[in-house]
Amino acid sequence: MSKELRIIGFLCNWCSYGGADTAGVGRFTQPTDLRIVRLPCSGRIDPLFVLKTLTGGADGVLVSGCHPRDCHYSEGNFYARRRLEMVKRFLPVIGIDPGRFEYTWVSASEGQRWQTVVRGFTEQIHALGPIQRFGKDAAATAAQLAASHA
Amino acid sequence: MPILDELKAAIAKRLPELDVVIGWGKGFDALHHTPVFITSEADLDKLELGPLSVQNLATYLTRYPKTKKIGVVVKGCDSRSVVQLLQEKLINRENVVVFGFPCEGVVDLEKVKRALEGQGMEIARVSEATFQGERCTLTTGGKAGSLPMADLWADKCNRCQYHDAVMSDEFVGQRLDRKAEDAYADVAAFEAKPLAERQAFWQEQMSRCIRCYACRNACPLCVCRDQCIAQTREPNWVSQRTGVEEKFMFQMIHASHLAGRCTECGECERACPVGIPILLLKRKNNKEVLELFDYRAGIDPEAKPPLLAFKVEEEKINERGW
Ligand code: SF4
Ligand code: SF4
Ligand code: SF4
Repeated sequence: MSKELRIIGFLCNWCSYGGADTAGVGRFTQPTDLRIVRLPCSGRIDPLFVLKTLTGGADGVLVSGCHPRDCHYSEGNFYARRRLEMVKRFLPVIGIDPGRFEYTWVSASEGQRWQTVVRGFTEQIHALGPIQRFGKDAAATAAQLAASHA
Repeated sequence: MPILDELKAAIAKRLPELDVVIGWGKGFDALHHTPVFITSEADLDKLELGPLSVQNLATYLTRYPKTKKIGVVVKGCDSRSVVQLLQEKLINRENVVVFGFPCEGVVDLEKVKRALEGQGMEIARVSEATFQGERCTLTTGGKAGSLPMADLWADKCNRCQYHDAVMSDEFVGQRLDRKAEDAYADVAAFEAKPLAERQAFWQEQMSRCIRCYACRNACPLCVCRDQCIAQTREPNWVSQRTGVEEKFMFQMIHASHLAGRCTECGECERACPVGIPILLLKRKNNKEVLELFDYRAGIDPEAKPPLLAFKVEEEKINERGW
């Protein structure tokens, strides 16, 4: 794969972080673009984490929690699912490809599944390429657009 | 009886049991109404009602202690804000008296301004304005001009589905029972543009933002006020820097915090002194809420906002579909 991109993963402590650990212990090789932030629950993930991360320059954001019905706190991921779906659907209106954000469920025992998820998501982000950072070169972008319309 | 007189009578009837009634009155010039706070019968003369009654007075409800007894005059769209506040238990049903009326619509003063400029007239010099049926007559410097109302209605009125208050304790006038369509064509049209162009659009628009937060303060459902995360330093969501990222971050905060709650009164956008079309971001979320959860905010006082709820099996979310 080409040059490393910046992908941020928000993982819940109980399932997905364990799953990533299991993948490591099992020596399942993975691309190295992902940087993990561990959180107590996917329900802790404020949609603004995703928006701030993407507009702050990350090329992709991955959220992973416990499978529905398996949440350590019973309901955290159910609330998360609605919010995360909303934030994914919001991205197009601000000009960010919704493919730069995905959320999924990986349990602590699913080392293999974790490998598949990381590989798949990293490939997807590489296909999209580096993000155009919001606010960077705003003037240049505007001039370029104006020129293309002229 | 003219509707304004009916309204005055209805307010006079309920006034003894209320601490204050919020309505509209004459503003600083012929084209503005301003909120008025009625505490005695003598104040009733200040009341006005019509296409200039633009402010959503529901915004004030959460500025009083919940124990105060408040009356509020609402247009159809504003009534949805009251319902949403009730849904979220931010106001007490027993302490609020809602005065509704059949709203024909409000004018968008930006449109008036542009229409007048087209005729070589200046909006600041309008000394008299009358609205009669299909036309609006404006006088500047002794000269009268007439504009078709069809060109002046706020966009939200052209797609209005709730002219009559969705909830009220006192309803004056005859219900309009009129309902336009709203298929979110504006959102779809914007999203038909290339991604880079959408991003550039917001960059360009937000470069004008002066971070006055008028959009937030006008919003009836922005209730955190002094606790707004845009102004906390710990955590520091939005820094003091003046970059377009910081400004846009605030709009993303506003849109996210209003997801499933925004009643599309349009006050955020109207209050913006530099004309940034931020309602589009909220309408985008509302479009998704409607598609995903078959839900519109502020219709049913008993309903639970979709982002405060969940279903174990979500019918329309395909979380593994990527
Ligand atoms: S949207 Fe409907 S209720 Fe609101 S001001 Fe316009 S016409 Fe009146
Ligand atoms: S976000 Fe704007 S349109 Fe929505 S409720 Fe607040 S002020 Fe009204
Ligand atoms: S009202 Fe307009 S200028 Fe003021 S903070 Fe909101 S978007 Fe920026």
